[in-house]
Amino acid sequence: MASLHFEFVSPERVLFSGDVDQVDLPGAEGDMGILAGHAPLVTPLRPGVVTIYNAAAREAVVVVGGLAEVSPSGLTILADRAVPRDNFDAATLAGEIKDAEEDVADATDDAQRDRLARRLEQLKSLQTALAQ
Amino acid sequence: MPSLKDLRNRIAATKATQKITKAMQMVAASKLRRAQAAAEAARPYASHMGKVLSNIAASVGSLETAPRLLRGSGGDNVHLLLVCTAERGLCGPFNTAIVRLARERAISLMAEGKEVKFFCVGRKGYDQLRRLYAKQIVEMVDLRAARTLQFHHAEMVAEKVTERFNNFEFDICTLFFSRFRSVIAQIPTAQQIIPPVFDEKAADALGGAAYEFEPEAEDILHELLPRNVAVQIFRALLENAASFYGAQMSAMDNATRNAGDMIRRQTLTYNRTRQAMITKELIEIISGAEAL
Repeated sequence: MASLHFEFVSPERVLFSGDVDQVDLPGAEGDMGILAGHAPLVTPLRPGVVTIYNAAAREAVVVVGGLAEVSPSGLTILADRAVPRDNFDAATLAGEIKDAEEDVADATDDAQRDRLARRLEQLKSLQTALAQ
Repeated sequence: MPSLKDLRNRIAATKATQKITKAMQMVAASKLRRAQAAAEAARPYASHMGKVLSNIAASVGSLETAPRLLRGSGGDNVHLLLVCTAERGLCGPFNTAIVRLARERAISLMAEGKEVKFFCVGRKGYDQLRRLYAKQIVEMVDLRAARTLQFHHAEMVAEKVTERFNNFEFDICTLFFSRFRSVIAQIPTAQQIIPPVFDEKAADALGGAAYEFEPEAEDILHELLPRNVAVQIFRALLENAASFYGAQMSAMDNATRNAGDMIRRQTLTYNRTRQAMITKELIEIISGAEAL
């Protein structure tokens, strides 16, 4: 099987760089699996889980927003924030949702409230995705 | 001639100064390690971001509908210089080097008849620029309250910059910061962020194929371009932080060494003076005894 070159970076660090078989990612308009030779594509990510398949091994990483780009040279994911699933703490997420709810309540102008509300919604959808 | 007590006091004062500079050097060294790791970790993200954006720009860049943030305002009459410096001094030529680069750019732009505006991040750069260009400074952000640099600080700066751009206040924005190369080498750098500049060769990375966009390209660019500004600023601030501690560390190392030299010289003077006094007293005693 031809391998796919995959770069996975967040502002804090490089999470993954190398060749893999397949990557599943949560696109803004639905989940998708990327294999080698995929057509060039750009899509934002919604909060969710990115799964990396490499031979028998698989690795799951929780991402909170970001962007995926497929070009002939491979797949690049720019995550706003990314944490390996095993290290992901449900309590932290719950805390963040609570903070976000308070932020929405405290927001002073409409533009800010919209932005915060969208973020809250994304966090909630991530929570349901992880609970499954 | 100073008395022995004066000399002793002087040595004690220099020793106290040396202790302070030594402590500052060690604090800077430990903070440098963390700042350097953060700056180096942010580099791949910022460069990937640039790469992705240039790929996208290459496939939609020619469109009339491309967002203004991507294709620019069309003119180049008003330049905004975003000058990022530190909040504190005692770091050698760090702040001055950035300001000098910005000033040279400003002078050459003004010689060409362009209008120049300044946006200062960091108090030190503001203090230096204020003396020369007080009227041209449009905004000043200080991050003194921020204990550790977070992405939202950069986002806040980026929002202010893009808002001014959207209000047609300037045409081209250039970011000035100090790139961290090593502890002893920090390079003042200028980077144009609005409109973004791309590598020429990035254009053919796709080999002529067009991207599929999900959802529309415009929506994505709308989201991505302001984010890119924030990411580039964030990277600049992180590089700055690392450079600052590097510069402070070597400045304080020098200061400690200078204080050591000074203490050695002062001790020498002290001992000489002491011996001269002893000799003088002996001569007095001996000549007094001989006179009897």
